[in-house]
Formats: sequence, C-alpha cells, structure tokens
Amino acid sequence: MSDNVTDVETETAPDDDHHPSDLQYVKIALVLGLITAVEVFTYFESVLDWGDALIPSLLVMMVVKFWLVARMFMHLKQDKPILSGLFITGLGMAVAVYIVALLAFQFWN
Amino acid sequence: MATTTTAPVVTHKDAHQTNTGISNNKLAMWLFLGTECLLFGGLISTYLLYKTRGNGRTLPTDIFDIPFTSVSSFVLLMSSLTMVLALSAINRGEVERSRAWLLTTAMLGGVFVGGQVYEFTTFVREGVGFTTNPASSAFYTLTGFHGVHVSIGILLLMSLVVASVQGKLKQSNAETVEIIGLYWHFVDIVWIFIFTVIYLIPAE
Repeated sequence: MSDNVTDVETETAPDDDHHPSDLQYVKIALVLGLITAVEVFTYFESVLDWGDALIPSLLVMMVVKFWLVARMFMHLKQDKPILSGLFITGLGMAVAVYIVALLAFQFWN
Repeated sequence: MATTTTAPVVTHKDAHQTNTGISNNKLAMWLFLGTECLLFGGLISTYLLYKTRGNGRTLPTDIFDIPFTSVSSFVLLMSSLTMVLALSAINRGEVERSRAWLLTTAMLGGVFVGGQVYEFTTFVREGVGFTTNPASSAFYTLTGFHGVHVSIGILLLMSLVVASVQGKLKQSNAETVEIIGLYWHFVDIVWIFIFTVIYLIPAE
C-alpha cells in the first residue's frame, strides 16, 4: 500500500523545480529579440543582399523562434512527453495536410 | 471484527491527478492547441494561394509596412516573456508580482491589437478593403482571426488580474495561470509563423 502511494507521489510530483529561472527566461527572450532583429534586417536589401539564401534563412530563424517558445516558454522541455506528442501531432497533421493542399493547387509552379 | 481503515489524505493537488499525471484541463488545452494548428494552417495556406490574386487592384503585399509590423511582432514576443515571468512568480507564491506581470502582458497584447487596428485602417485608406480582391480577403481573414485570438487572450489575462485583485488567485491556482499562458504563447508562435511567411518572405 505504502509502495503504491510512493509510486503515485513520484509519478505526479510537480516538476516546477526544473523550470528555468527568471534570468534564463530573460536570456531566451533576448535571443528571440536578436533573431527578430536579424529577420527584419533581411527586409532592408541595402544593408545586406541575402540572395538565394534569403528564404531558407528566414525559415530557419522562424523554426528556431518557434522551437524556443514552445520548448522553453511553454515548458515542453520539462513537461511530460505526451504533451509534446499532442502538439506535434496537430502541427504535423496541419503541415502535411496543407502541403498536400498547396501541391494540389500547384502553388510552387 | 472491527476493521480500521485510514482515509486517504486528499489534497487539492490530488483531487486533479489523472493516470497520465497531467490535469485534464492542461491536457485539454494542449489538445485544443493541436487543433488550432489545423485552423491557422488552413488560413495561412489560403492566403498563400491567393496572395497574388489582386484582380488588377492593390495587393496587401504592395502596402506592407514592415518596420511597423516588426515593432508589433517584437511587442508580442516580449509579452511571452512577461507571461512566463507571471507564471514563475505565482509558482513562488508572489501573487502581487504575478499580477503586475499579467497586467503587463495584457497591456502588451493591447498594444499589438492596437497596431493591427492601425494597420487595417491604413490598408482601407489605401483602397485595400476586405472585399477588394481575393488576396485582401484572405489577408484580413488570417490576421483578423489571429487578432481575435489575441483579444480573447487579453480578456483571459484581465480575468486573472481581477481574480488576483479580489484575492482569489493564489499559489494553488498556478495551473490556471499556466493554462492561460499556454494559450498566450501559442498565439505568439502563430504570429512568429505569420510574420515570416506572410510579411517577410517576398511575394515573388
């Protein structure tokens, strides 16, 4: 009996201790702000001409920002994997369905 | 044959435990966010398909004000920081500090929505209304839906602030702050996507 109680307590123990500190959150926000600044600079071609690297670079920066917010601010890194699974399933389905839709409408032609 | 049974001690936390170890409310919010990906995916795809269909009239891409939208994007991004600081404070039992961060988050959200209203007004003045062409319809629908989500988030945040002022928001309610925070961060990451795909990537 006592073993069972211990199991439940261990399994459902709050994981708040593993959350980043306020300073770490501020550092993450600074990184996000810096990436946004670089994204905005791509708009001003007079500053730097990105050429063919523009769209891939913007997409990579977008994914990094997305990943940082989801992992750190939404605590997917610390929370149970089932939550990441739910979100990634929804996101993956959306990306797959709409890539097929865009292909069907010959978006890239 | 009297048997002695010891009643289990049920705390507030235990009352919400499930066999996944995650509260039903939090699980439901993540499930909801997963479905929201499909909603916004549909709206973004529609805009991508119609963005060059101007019927000979001005396209939204012709009159984008990137520096202005960049500031709005930065404001929304920083609201995610203040939201997570509000959660961090309530987790430590610092209710007043949490309230201040929640209020700041709602205000930053208000600045973002205000910016969007200004952008829409400018577009209409430039002759790009909702029914001007397929591109403008898709643009207003996408960004309008996002704006409505931000507005709902502001209402949720303000309800937390009011509850906090009334003394109803305590450390034991940290999960409520976390769940509303999840919604807020999601609205932020949708905008991260919209800002890059709709505003920054050139139309051609």
